[in-house]
This record gives sequence, C-alpha cells and structure tokens, in this order.
Amino acid sequence: MTAPRTLAAVAAGKTARAALQRLGRGATALPGLVALGVAPDAIASLTKSLPHGTICVSGTNGKTTTTRMLSDIVRAAGWQPVHNRSGSNLDRGIAAALLADATWRGELRGDIGVFEVDEASIPRVLARLTPRVLVVTNLFRDQLDRYFEIDALARRIGEAIARLPDQTTLVLNADDPIVAYLGNGHRGPILTFGVEDPAVGGTVPQAISDATRCPRCKQPLRYTRVILAHVGDWRCDHCGLARPNPDVSAAAVRLGANATQLRLGGAVGSAIDEIVVPLPGLYNAYNALAALAAARALDIGLATATRALGQFKPAFGRLEIVEAEGRQLRLLLVKNPAGFNAAIGALLETDRRPRILGALNDRDADSRDVSWIWDADFEALASRVTHATITGLRARDLALRLKYAGVPKDRVSVVDGWVPAIRTAIDSTPVGDELVVIATYTAMLALRDALARLGYVGQFWED
Amino acid sequence: MDLRIGHLYPDLMSIYGDRGNVLALAQRATWRGIDVEARSFTVGTTWDPEWADVYFFGGGQDQGQDLVGADLQGANGDALKRSLVGGAALFSVCGGYQLLGRQYVPESGAPIPGLGVLDVTTRAGKVRFVGNLLCETDDGHTLIGFENHSGYTYLGPAAKPLGHVIAGHGNNGKDKTEGAVQGKLIGCYLHGSALPKNPWLADRLIGWALARRHGAVELAQLDDTEELAAQVQAAEVAKTRT
Repeated sequence: MTAPRTLAAVAAGKTARAALQRLGRGATALPGLVALGVAPDAIASLTKSLPHGTICVSGTNGKTTTTRMLSDIVRAAGWQPVHNRSGSNLDRGIAAALLADATWRGELRGDIGVFEVDEASIPRVLARLTPRVLVVTNLFRDQLDRYFEIDALARRIGEAIARLPDQTTLVLNADDPIVAYLGNGHRGPILTFGVEDPAVGGTVPQAISDATRCPRCKQPLRYTRVILAHVGDWRCDHCGLARPNPDVSAAAVRLGANATQLRLGGAVGSAIDEIVVPLPGLYNAYNALAALAAARALDIGLATATRALGQFKPAFGRLEIVEAEGRQLRLLLVKNPAGFNAAIGALLETDRRPRILGALNDRDADSRDVSWIWDADFEALASRVTHATITGLRARDLALRLKYAGVPKDRVSVVDGWVPAIRTAIDSTPVGDELVVIATYTAMLALRDALARLGYVGQFWED
Repeated sequence: MDLRIGHLYPDLMSIYGDRGNVLALAQRATWRGIDVEARSFTVGTTWDPEWADVYFFGGGQDQGQDLVGADLQGANGDALKRSLVGGAALFSVCGGYQLLGRQYVPESGAPIPGLGVLDVTTRAGKVRFVGNLLCETDDGHTLIGFENHSGYTYLGPAAKPLGHVIAGHGNNGKDKTEGAVQGKLIGCYLHGSALPKNPWLADRLIGWALARRHGAVELAQLDDTEELAAQVQAAEVAKTRT
C-alpha cells in the first residue's frame, strides 16, 4: 500500500515528466525535483517495494560505467533494473528514474534499483534510502570549484556509511586508501576489489596524488606499486593500516586497443576463462572488478555476470564510438586530472599516435576553474600527438597547456564553434583512421548535439 | 646559464593545478637556452638554503596545510628564511601565500603563526570567494586567474599590493587589492595556473631568480601569442560571467 503523500508526489512528478517529454526535452531530473518537493520521503517509500533492494554506485571516476555494467548484469540474472541511466545522479535524478518506471498508483515496473550516485551526494542519498549494496569506485580530486577538499568529502561519506545498518554490503576499492578506509565504521559485510597483477603500475607516486598520507594517522604511506595517482599497493608503516587483500581481484590484466582481458585471482580464477570487457583502459578493468564484486554481493553467479560484461556497450562519452565520413570518432569524457590521465593512459597503451579533438568548457558542470588541466599529464601525450584541434569556451587555455607540454605549434589548430571544430578535426583525419574526442561535460554535450545535427549520432537521452 | 627552481611541499601543497607555475618558469627559461633544474623541498628532508634561485609555494588542503605550517616553524622554516635573505625569489599562491604571512587568525581559537616573511595577516572569512579574478598592476600589466579562498588577507606597510581588482574579490573582498609584493617575494590568490597566463610575471620572477647567481640578465623576447590569447579569453570570462 503506497502512502497518499507518495502517490501525490508520483502524480506531480509524472505530470512534469509528461509535460517535458511533450516539449521534446529530456526528463532526467526535474520530475524528480517536483516529486521530492511534494514528498521528501518519496525515494524511500518507492524503493522499499523493490524485492531485490537497491544498489548505489558512487566514486569520482567510473561510476557511470560501473552502474551500466551492473544494470546489464542484473538483467542477465533475470531481474528488471530501475536505473538512472541518463547519468543524472543527484537525489532528484534517482527520484526521476523511479518515476519513469512507476505506475500512477506508485507501483514500480522493476525489481531492483541500480543507481549511480554523485559522490558529494552520498550523505543526502543515504539519508533517503538504505541500499542493499553500496559500491565506491575511487575518490580523486574532482571539480576544484565545487568540492574543495577530498579529505572533508571522505569524512562526510564515512560518517554516512557508519549510520548504515549491518544489512548493507559495502563494495570498496582495496587499492584506493581513502576508499578502503571508508568502511572503517561499518558493522556489516565488506567486499573489496583490486588489481594484483604485479606488471601493472610503477613505483613512483604521480604528481596528482591526493592521498599519499594515511587516512587513519596522516603519516606518509609507502607504496610498493602505484597504479594511478594514489591508487596502488599501499601500507602505513606508522599505524599498520594497509591495503586489504581484495575479495575480487585481477591476477592478470591484458590491455588491448578495444578490449581489456582479465584473469581473476584466487580459486575462481583457475576455474573460469579470462573475462573480456569490450572497453580499453585499465580503469575499465577496475570498473569491471567493482561490478563483479557487487554481483557477488547480490549472489549473482560469476558466469552470468561475465556473460553480461562481455556484451557491454559504453555510455555517453565513455569511449563510445561514432562513425563520421569514414572516420571513427572515439568519445572520451574527462572531468578531472585522474580521469584524464586514465583516459590518456588507455590511448597510449596501444601505440597510437592519436589525432585529437579537444574541447574545454568552464560551465558549472565542467568545473569553472580550468586549473585542473595543469595537473593532467599532457606531457605523456605531447610527443605522440599527430594533430590536435582545440575548441570550447576555454580553448585558449587548453592550447596553452599543449604549448607548455611541448606539442609543436604546427600540430595544433584552435577553432571556435562546435561544427567548424568537428569539420576541421574530421578533415585532418584520413579516411579509415581514428579521431579521439576528449571533452569536458558540457563541451561533450555540445559536440554530441553538433554531431547529431550533422547526422552522425542520436540524442543521448534516448538510450 | 642555469636556473634552479625549488618546489615547496609539492606532495602536500599542490592542489588546484598550481604545478603549472613550475612548468611555466621551467619552460620559459628552457626556451631561452637556460638550463633548468627543479627540486622538491618537503617535510622530512633537510633543506639546503644555498641551492634554489626561485621557490614556488602552492595551495593545499587543510590537512596538508597543518603539517606544512608546523614544519615551517622548525629548521626548514629557518633555512627558507636564510635563503630568501640570500637573494632567492619566491612565488606563492593561496595557502602558500597565507603561510608566509605573519599569522592566520581562525574564527575561534588562538592565531596560528606564519613564517612572517611577508607583511600580511589572514583572517578566516564567512564567505568563500570562488570565481574568476581579473586585476591590473600599477605598471599596466594584466593579471588573470581563478580564486578559491575563505581566508581574507590584509597587507601591512611593508607589503605592496600585486594588483588592483577589476573583477572578483582579491585579498579580502573589500580594499580591491590582490596579492602582495615585498622585495622578491610575491603572494597571490591566482590559480589558473597563474604564470602561464601571466607571462610577464613569470619573466619577472625568472629575472629576479637569475640575478642571484648570474647578475642582471636581459631576457630574450618570446612569442607569447598563445599566452596572451588565453589571457584575453579568461579576462573576457571574468568580466562577463563571474
């Protein structure tokens, strides 16, 4: 029996949704805001009726891809997910996803919630619903003008986690000390995931490391392997806190141009074949491990989970591929130095000499402070770039970054306007070759929109 | 000729993309045929006050700032002071700027002493200043960056403002000043990174730095087309969207 106030909230939200859709607009958040205005507990009362409960996936990078992987996995297990697939990941986005799948009587056409949650919104979202599984992928410095400090954010998330009942299973990245320590105050089960392959990672912390200090005693951490920023095999010699032994691990990772192969560690690794995830890049190996650990927390069989991963299709701007005039455009959404370095690492692992279309915007959703580009490792890219077309509201900052990274002037074109930039980038790419499109959030939306107008891609909220 | 750059606490005071300042000093010297070496100066190491020609000191998180503040009250702070007296130049941003001042006065509790090499005092403010910051100097140079601070800084008589605010808040949101200059020491609230988009300031620091061991040096002109284009675009944003 659905409470009257929730019914009123559902009605209000669904009316807003219908109105927006008649206007031809994506209804990814506003209906949720309307519903939460009517009944602040709408999320709690709607999700309570889900027989398999709710999974929340959060973290700075990888949450969209991991959530989509999990959505595919639970579908392969025969369940019907309610999923905020558009990536609208504040509490209103979750409410909007619930409304989209709710009848006017407040009954959900789904049996498990799979929600991507903005990392800064974890405390708010956990105040509105109690997840069966909470996954945290990693915590890096993100938009500098928005969150200010990762320590403070981790503390708030840890406090919210400590208030969860012991029925909630935490799925945490063992290789990220900040994330691994989030479960400190949790009484329920914790599953961790990580990369064990000794061939992955170096020994020197990278320039952008946020947490080379122990999350418990603040003394320096010692790393025997550094994988990305502060992610790796870590230990505090002072208080003894150390990377937990991962429950789900990759004993071997093989990175290809279009796919990543994983051999799982432990007894299970010898029992099953290598897992093939059709996405390049080490960070997608992490996303897959997070999804597999969450699947285990849901008691979904490994064979079912790996089958779903094998057929995975990427999300908006996450290495999605668009065909245009015989060129392959590979779309890479970047929003912070760690994400940029991971994406660039994935490109360079495969001996590419990339042609790039780079787009830097500075709207609220991108980070109004573009300083982050100076922390990103453009130096690694510099010697390999064949040509770069640069555009966006802050194109000249990005062009300047390339100059100081050592990219020769004659390989860079700065072009204003989305369509002219796409035109220049396509024209500078031979037919049959690849063009890597690297863009911040609103720049990627604008480029996607321009590509759609040129007839190359559909609107993203249709998927 | 060679230039030695000391990066103060890069492991603890290096958020907000301030690394670009070290890159700007290094590249703009390299492009002029000057050899460059950069070294880290941080907690747990003994500092050689004779080594660096110029220091960069960036902003950090609260946790980092506490450790650094404590470290500067010890032998490393003394070494840095000696180095500055010996003619080294220094460029600091945000947290680094505050830590070089006389003291930081928190909302409650006792004031926290700074290194005291800049005649400035910072007080905790209620409103955090976040946004693009556009300034002009007395000698007609543009300064552009992005500020993000809740400490309000006030200048004493020995420090001169680096610039005057055209758009944004600057030192304290009231007196329209931004940053401080005292001898060869500069502090400011400009992230962005500051020096790549304000190349005149990078070159001024390089000149001061080289003078320590090489005397007055005439710096060759560089082609700053990209630098100035980025400056103009950022200034436009500061004027129209902040």
